[in-house]
Amino acid sequence: MNERFGTVVLDTAFRFVIPFVMLYGVYVLINGESSPGGGFQAGALLAIAVVLSRLVQGEKAVFNISGNTALILAGIGTFLYGFVGVLTLCWGGNFLEYGISPWAMLAAEKHALGILGIEIGVTLCVMATIIAIFDALTRKEEV
Amino acid sequence: MKALRMGALFVLLLMAEVMFISAGALPQLYDPQSAAATHVADRYIADAVEETGSPNFVTAVLADYRGYDTLGETTVIFTAGLATVLLLRVSKGSASKREGDSAAEEEQV
Repeated sequence: MNERFGTVVLDTAFRFVIPFVMLYGVYVLINGESSPGGGFQAGALLAIAVVLSRLVQGEKAVFNISGNTALILAGIGTFLYGFVGVLTLCWGGNFLEYGISPWAMLAAEKHALGILGIEIGVTLCVMATIIAIFDALTRKEEV
Repeated sequence: MKALRMGALFVLLLMAEVMFISAGALPQLYDPQSAAATHVADRYIADAVEETGSPNFVTAVLADYRGYDTLGETTVIFTAGLATVLLLRVSKGSASKREGDSAAEEEQV
C-alpha cells in the first residue's frame, strides 16, 4: 500500500492509536517475564504499529521500516538469541544458562537480564518478519 | 487412474481408522493421572521458582527448561519469513517481467 488512503478522520484516529500500540508492545516485552506476554506477542504488537502507520501514511510513514531493513533486523534478532546462549557458554555455564554473568547482581536479576536479552531477540525477529512479509505483499515494482 | 483413486481411498480409510483408534485411547481432558500431567509438569510447578528465579513459571518453561525449543521457534519464524519474502519478490518480479514482455510484443506487432 504505497499511497495513503482514508480521510482526515482515519488519519487522525490512527495517529492517536499508533503510539499507544507501540507503548503497549514495549510494555508486553519488558513485563513479559512476570505476566502474560513475551517476545512473540510484543513483536506482533510492534509490527502492527508499523504496518498501521504504513497503511495510513503510505510510503513516507514516520515509523517506516523498509523491507530490506526488516530482513536484516530479523536476522539480527535471531542472532541475538543465539548470541546470549554463546555468551553464557563463554562465561563458563551451559548454553542459555542465564544466572552466571560476571556482574555483581542477584542471581534472579542476572536471570531476568538474560531472559530480557532473548525476548528482545524474539521480538526483533517476529516484528521484522511481519513487516518484511507486509512489504513484500504490498511492493509494487520489482527491485 | 481408477486404480489410483481406489488406492487413495483405501489409504484414506486406513488413516481414518488409525485416527479413530488413537482418539479412543487418548486420556481424558484435565485428567491429573494422564501421562502428560505426571511426567515433568509436577516438577515445573513445584520447583520452577526456586530453580529459575522467575516469578512466572510459564516464562520459566518457555525461556529456561525449553530454551532450545524457543530458539528453534525463532529460527523457524525467521526462515519462513525469509522464504516467503523471497517467493513473493521472485513471483512479482517475473510477473512484471512477463507483462513487460507482452507489452514489448504488442509494440512489435
